[in-house]
Amino acid sequence: MKYEPVIGLEVHVQLNTASKIFCGCSTRFGDEPNANTCPICVGMPGVLPVLNREVVEKAVRAAVATNCEVAPYSRWARKNYFYPDLPKGYQISMYELPLAVGGRLEVVVDGKPKTLRIHRIHMEEDAGKLVHGENLGDPAHSYVDLNRAGVPLIEIVSEADMRSSAEAKAYMEKLKSILEYLEVSDCNMEEGSMRVDVNISVRPAGQEKFGTRAEVKNMNSFRNMQKAIEYEMARQSELLDEGGRVVQESRLWDANRNVTVSMRSKEEAHDYRYFPEPDLVPLLVGAEWVERAKKSLPELPDAKRQRFVSSYSIPLYDAEVLTADKPVADYFERTVQAGADPKTASNWIMTEILRVLKERGSELGRPPISPEMLAELLKMIRDGVISGKMAKDVFAEMEATGKNPADVVREKGLVQISDESAIEKSIDEILAANPEQVAGYKGGKTKLMGFFVGEVMKATKGKANPAVVNKILSKKLSS
Amino acid sequence: MTAASDFSGDTAASLSRRISSGETSSVNAVQKALERIARLEPRIKAFIKVENDDALEEARRADERIAKGERLPLLGVPVAVKDNMLMENRVATCASKILENFRAPYSATAVKKLRAAGAVILGKTNMDEFAMGSSTENSAFGPTRNPWNVETVPGGSSGGSAAAVAAGYCPISLGSDTGGSIRQPAAFCGVVGLKPTYGRVSRFGLVAFASSLDQIGPFGKTVEDVALAMNAIGGYDKMDSTSVDRPMPDLSEALKKDVKNFVVGLPREYFVEGVAPEVRKAVQGAADALAREGARIEEISLPHTEYAIAVYYVIATAEASSNLARYDGVKYGHRSGGGEGLEGMYSFSRTEGFGPEVRRRIMLGTYVLSSGYYDAYYLKAQKVRTLILNDFREAFKKCRVILTPTTPTPPFKFGEKTADPLQMYLSDIFTISTNLAGIPGICVPGGLSSEGLPIGVQMMAGHFDEESLITAAAAYERTRSFPSPKI
Repeated sequence: MKYEPVIGLEVHVQLNTASKIFCGCSTRFGDEPNANTCPICVGMPGVLPVLNREVVEKAVRAAVATNCEVAPYSRWARKNYFYPDLPKGYQISMYELPLAVGGRLEVVVDGKPKTLRIHRIHMEEDAGKLVHGENLGDPAHSYVDLNRAGVPLIEIVSEADMRSSAEAKAYMEKLKSILEYLEVSDCNMEEGSMRVDVNISVRPAGQEKFGTRAEVKNMNSFRNMQKAIEYEMARQSELLDEGGRVVQESRLWDANRNVTVSMRSKEEAHDYRYFPEPDLVPLLVGAEWVERAKKSLPELPDAKRQRFVSSYSIPLYDAEVLTADKPVADYFERTVQAGADPKTASNWIMTEILRVLKERGSELGRPPISPEMLAELLKMIRDGVISGKMAKDVFAEMEATGKNPADVVREKGLVQISDESAIEKSIDEILAANPEQVAGYKGGKTKLMGFFVGEVMKATKGKANPAVVNKILSKKLSS
Repeated sequence: MTAASDFSGDTAASLSRRISSGETSSVNAVQKALERIARLEPRIKAFIKVENDDALEEARRADERIAKGERLPLLGVPVAVKDNMLMENRVATCASKILENFRAPYSATAVKKLRAAGAVILGKTNMDEFAMGSSTENSAFGPTRNPWNVETVPGGSSGGSAAAVAAGYCPISLGSDTGGSIRQPAAFCGVVGLKPTYGRVSRFGLVAFASSLDQIGPFGKTVEDVALAMNAIGGYDKMDSTSVDRPMPDLSEALKKDVKNFVVGLPREYFVEGVAPEVRKAVQGAADALAREGARIEEISLPHTEYAIAVYYVIATAEASSNLARYDGVKYGHRSGGGEGLEGMYSFSRTEGFGPEVRRRIMLGTYVLSSGYYDAYYLKAQKVRTLILNDFREAFKKCRVILTPTTPTPPFKFGEKTADPLQMYLSDIFTISTNLAGIPGICVPGGLSSEGLPIGVQMMAGHFDEESLITAAAAYERTRSFPSPKI
């Protein structure tokens, strides 16, 4: 039978505040274990939480940017469970009355626009982490690092609106893009500042009712999330085809084996015994606050994309790629402002700059090649100083050394020959030396044009302006 | 007040004056206190830990400050603190095995404020484990005995702090009150005990039992001393989001006022079957006294009173089950060597570390919050809690203070109620509503029973109206004399 997946996502995002959500400890990543802790975040007796206002500021920004309704009255709740990385034995979260509800993201999948709804956004504290003894001396023990305990999170819960792994990926990409634009999170999946749990069920195509879902955890990249979704679709469909039944359970993605494995079933599921947190008062976010947050929003990816299409006359696809990452979008705009042609700039950024970024795995924060340098390079192509092919070599040199394109061109003697008389002289010699090919061309073998161009380039060590070479060759061969 | 050679009959107000004037010294007062403790503790056992050296050292420093001309309301006055309030580098056991060797990494705000007012802390007092109990019989380190009669309980859970004042160890002590844990032992030990409005005193550093009900408050021999201590510990604390940011009035001023034009309400629901005749008589006596001072006495109704105990044992245990989850043997406190794996470590550590009453309440609280039962228990209880609060709101439209018994009976004997938890729970029947409503309540000694045991009377006032409470309690106190126990 043909099955359709129904997918919902629960995304945890670390907010990039300087201090933790309920105490003054630093949120810095990568410090010595337990360096950033105090009696409050390690759950000593008698401590009380005090809410960090900045956390609410950032969460409200995320809520309005994803078109959510911010609740005027929300309330903290305790989620109770025992685990050594949870020092109080409960996590302070929100339950019945979350910060925001009812948002949406607009995505484009396979060229088709789709609205994916957000169910709710709430704030909570992160737990610490266990470090197993293998790396720390005694393999018989586990150690607890509470640096992360109390780091602020928002949990963004989608509606079950997605019907393919591609839609799930588009949702995640759009969400990540918006949160990065807002500068409220680093959204680094590998460092765990963005984490996603997938709720997925399948149902026979055409059926209204949802099937029984499984929850999949532990995917540290969009790629793995897609693979996990596809694995689950196949697993659940096969189960149903064989007359089996999907069990409601939590499953872990095993990236080494590319499978999901059962973690715990519904019967073994925790009863979190949520109840309102008596140590914190209800949270009131007034209409003024929400208005202020709306006004302070930067231009978001969707708006920027539209503007790029209308102001720079670049294709929608280009605009989509360029605006996915704010630093890339900024890079593009600075390149154009520095005098580059928008479409040429877009081509170069989508290929060369994104490749460099990917290879180096670094942010564009300290670009090896500034937008001004790229614009200069593109101007040299436009002005015929160098050919497009030469520009690739110049770019490679710029990438390796950080030198200006003009310097690279000068040092390597790469300046293009556009002098028609010089080129004509070279062409005349080549035509004279190859009478057979000339005759062949004139007899109709026009493909031989490539041969002549190649010979001219060889003779001029690639410096001849290809446009000029083509022009003169065509003229001479057609006479 | 009896004249006394040492300060055991002296009040904080008078002792502070005498220390400041140079008539005596803090070192002298503290030394006498420590001598008295050494002599009487084998019988009373009010303390879990007495810090002799630290106290004397602090007293010396207090005397130095006085010599330099410094003046503070409690400078040099010895006090005691319940062992569920943290003092940096000192034990904080909560009378539990699970925290037997726990040393506090920081100090509670109330303790800091008491010291900032100049008080010298003698040590940490005994209590029911994690403040769960009404007799101090639930202490893992043995019960405290009532200075009036060592065969009877001092009440609880702040039994140690009440007994310390009654025994004349110190004029002031701090307790905590979740359902009556200051007022009930105050009644049993014949001292004054005040539970402030919820949000008046910071809970930061108070080991949580039931967060929405817990309040720290003072014990004293007199209303004046309680007012002095309350002046010291009250006020907003940014470390406690439930403490309320409003100015702390000077309660010494309230002492001087009279009760003319006060309407005093007597809720008929508090004079029901099961209230001992002697207790009724004491409350009636207080009402008559206040009437003579110019107050008008009126019968009122608090119709939802009968549900208070049930509501309390749902809400308090629910919160406790969560608050006590941190004692898991991972970071501090008792960790059992028994049990397999993580689950085993948790379950053995907690079973060994907690006493039976604490375990009972954790289980009860876990049950009422569990999936499928939440609405029937916790949510319902919260709704009834609002009804109880509304009862008081209505009542305080008509009257300034409400006068009731503190406990149904005079102090009971050891073991009398330990076999039946419900009987024990009922001893807080008149004090619990105050906590549920968040209003302040005070217990003042109201006489002695035929067996010579103290009987307390309770007064309640509206939110943040400790002033009316102090005025009424002081007015009543002035009309009668109350003895000290003969130990």
